[in-house]
Amino acid sequence: MTGGPVLEVRNLSIALPPGGDRKEAAAQVSFRVGRGEIVCLVGESGSGKSVIAQAIMGLLPRTLGVTGGAALLEGEDTTHASPERLRQLRATRMSMVFQEPMTALNPVMSCGQQLDEVLVYHTSLPEAERRAKILAILREVMLPDPERMVASYPHQLSGGQRQRIMIAMALVLEPALLIADEPTTALDVTTQAQILKLIAELQARHGTGVLFITHDFGVVAEIAHRVAVLRLGQLVELGARDEVLKRPRHDYTRMLIGSVPRLEPHVRAADATAPVVLETQQLCKTYVDRSWFGKRRDVVAARDVNLSVRRGQTLGIVGESGSGKSTVARCIVRLIDPSAGQIRVHGEEIARKGRRELKSFRRRVQIVFQDPYRSLNPRRTVGEAIMEGPLNYGVARLEAHERARRLMALVRMDPGALDRYPHQFSGGQRQRICIARALAMEPELLIADEAVSALDVSVQAQVLQLLEEIRTRFNLAMLFITHDLRVAAQICDHVAVMSQGGVVEYGPAEEVFLRPRHEYTRALFAAAPGRDFAFASA
Amino acid sequence: MSLPDLKHYEALSAEAAAVVRQESAWQRVRGNGAVRFGAVALAVLLAVAFAAPWLGTVDPSLFDAGSRDLLPGASGEITTLEGETIRHTFLMGSDSYGRDIYSRVIYGTRVSLAVGTCAALVALAFGIALGLTSGYLRWLDGVLMRIMDGVMAIPAILIAIALVAAWRGSLPTVIIAIAVPEIPRVTRLVRSLVLTIREEPYVEAALALGTPTWKIMLSHILPNTVAPLVVQGTFICASGILVEAILSFLGVGLPPDIPTWGNIMAEGRVQFIEFPHNVFFPGIFLAVTVLAVNILGDGLRDTLDPKMAKRV
Repeated sequence: MTGGPVLEVRNLSIALPPGGDRKEAAAQVSFRVGRGEIVCLVGESGSGKSVIAQAIMGLLPRTLGVTGGAALLEGEDTTHASPERLRQLRATRMSMVFQEPMTALNPVMSCGQQLDEVLVYHTSLPEAERRAKILAILREVMLPDPERMVASYPHQLSGGQRQRIMIAMALVLEPALLIADEPTTALDVTTQAQILKLIAELQARHGTGVLFITHDFGVVAEIAHRVAVLRLGQLVELGARDEVLKRPRHDYTRMLIGSVPRLEPHVRAADATAPVVLETQQLCKTYVDRSWFGKRRDVVAARDVNLSVRRGQTLGIVGESGSGKSTVARCIVRLIDPSAGQIRVHGEEIARKGRRELKSFRRRVQIVFQDPYRSLNPRRTVGEAIMEGPLNYGVARLEAHERARRLMALVRMDPGALDRYPHQFSGGQRQRICIARALAMEPELLIADEAVSALDVSVQAQVLQLLEEIRTRFNLAMLFITHDLRVAAQICDHVAVMSQGGVVEYGPAEEVFLRPRHEYTRALFAAAPGRDFAFASA
Repeated sequence: MSLPDLKHYEALSAEAAAVVRQESAWQRVRGNGAVRFGAVALAVLLAVAFAAPWLGTVDPSLFDAGSRDLLPGASGEITTLEGETIRHTFLMGSDSYGRDIYSRVIYGTRVSLAVGTCAALVALAFGIALGLTSGYLRWLDGVLMRIMDGVMAIPAILIAIALVAAWRGSLPTVIIAIAVPEIPRVTRLVRSLVLTIREEPYVEAALALGTPTWKIMLSHILPNTVAPLVVQGTFICASGILVEAILSFLGVGLPPDIPTWGNIMAEGRVQFIEFPHNVFFPGIFLAVTVLAVNILGDGLRDTLDPKMAKRV
């Protein structure tokens, strides 16, 4: 084992089963990962980046097959290795960290047992030495109180801690290659920053070659030495990080990087006299957990939230998971009942209204959800979805249909596609359909609850632009909920930062982004990946 | 709010190219070998049931004292209702009254398929109604589900026997007796599906669009429970056919003059050692039918159940 690359992928081609949208998941892909080097494999969903990782690990689903080329791990081709040989190689010479640590860990085994299993299978160390090794690696991934961690089960740990366990398991036998498949995508931004730092440190200390798969250019800017950009199974660009991110050569890379929202807030003269559409006062939501015999347990999801949105303006609610931002949105749409406080829409109090009284209110406030795959009923056509609202309010069928056609055009979809079912559309298209469905009610307030978070960056840019156009065109008030600071910077006039159910900072976007006052806001900004990196502009 | 003119819409965005073409559920179902096998086998049985009079059968209630206990393939005489005596080949032999087992088995197909299908439909209809109500209207949930738990606590066959005993054996009674013990199981299934589906964002979206509750239940929740229910329906059908045979065999099902596979076997039981064909032929039909329905159900589950969808 000399100075050669840890991994050399040579003309790797992987076939898709017949009937797919293209023939190959990966076509003639070649790249190298050197010792002590981090190579980021970047691409949008469906680009084939995960399939390449699976091929290297010998984990390809049975329907996919390597049709050409090789993946050489320190000179040994893993794509044609026997299952027995692959088992020997995994964990000792190559290992993998997955996106969702909760599902990658076995819920009925303690973390210590799971780590021990790796050692028992691959080494002949006696028990005492194995234990020492486990404690050492847990210390190395900076888990607090390793003794306790050994005995803990996955559900007792936080997402970040679980991912650290996964990393410990992957690195305990000091493999030459670590494949990290979107390891921070499921984590909050502050946790993500810590995990990225940890991977970079460990990799530098042990000289591990890392193949880091991600869709996030912020993460790339943060961690990569070299970058490989994939598009529909083809490698379109490969080069040093600064080369690719600052001077992209391929049009596709330029488009991708151009779509990454900037962190600087856009400044727009907001009319401070526009009428207030939404106002909340001391809005609280407490979930009460009452069991038959157990004690009553209160969980405060939102407390004393005071917000207001004026017509034609966008208020962003920014926060990490569990901060209560979605709870606030769902209270305002009255999908859940607030526990206390007031919600006023155009001065009309709606926090206490009953189901029937809510009917006239419903059409004034509409919401677009995060997951485009679950927001549309799979058994109803897109046309039925868009027409549902108007029909509920007594609009004639023909008229509702005409309105649906116009709305499809407005969200830049083919009006002829109204009788198709949701599964025939991509994520971005479905999100446009959801926007059309919300607009069919001619609302005064549009709430977007993480509406662009599940979308690829180029699609995200298009949907954000669409939302912006709609807001201007109809002079809508918009409440935009997101965990992504870049997205918030791009679209919001005002920003409220939420943490643990409360608003910690609230003000004009410019103020909050450029002169954050609260400690938490500052920590959030500091954690944003690639914050200091100057991307090429489109 | 002014909407744009249709002329001005831009072309579909480039991402349309990236849409993964999904096979529709129907295509998957058709391509499944188990579904094909089960469906073909059931189609044959259904055809047999409909065409019973033209398949060389005689009236299944005819008997002739001179043609008792004939072996399969033997030829003998049988007296028609009009008093005429005709020659008849007893393909599956005859029983101790001199009745043609072949005719009885073929006509018995009608009873079995009717009982299985109707019992499944009745159980599904009640189960869906109760399950939807208890899953969506939470205040009714406790009461309804405790009643269902109560029904489930009594062995199914005992409820069936008790119901038939109380109403006397007839086709509708037997169907209801078989369906009733299945209702709580369907109810539980529907309720658990409703509890998951009601949390889906598309249901919340419908709520935000001001859709009334009954419409949410019928047009958003119900259609999404169909696939697992179709699968459950086939299993109820198979067990219904079996339970009907068991009831008849025990003598608490349909009256003995109606030809059902269970009745034929019950009568053949006493002579099983000398004339096993009395039990053998209806037994084969029963086994094949239940197997066909179960294979169909397995195939449907593999293709329709979302949890199995990832398996290739």
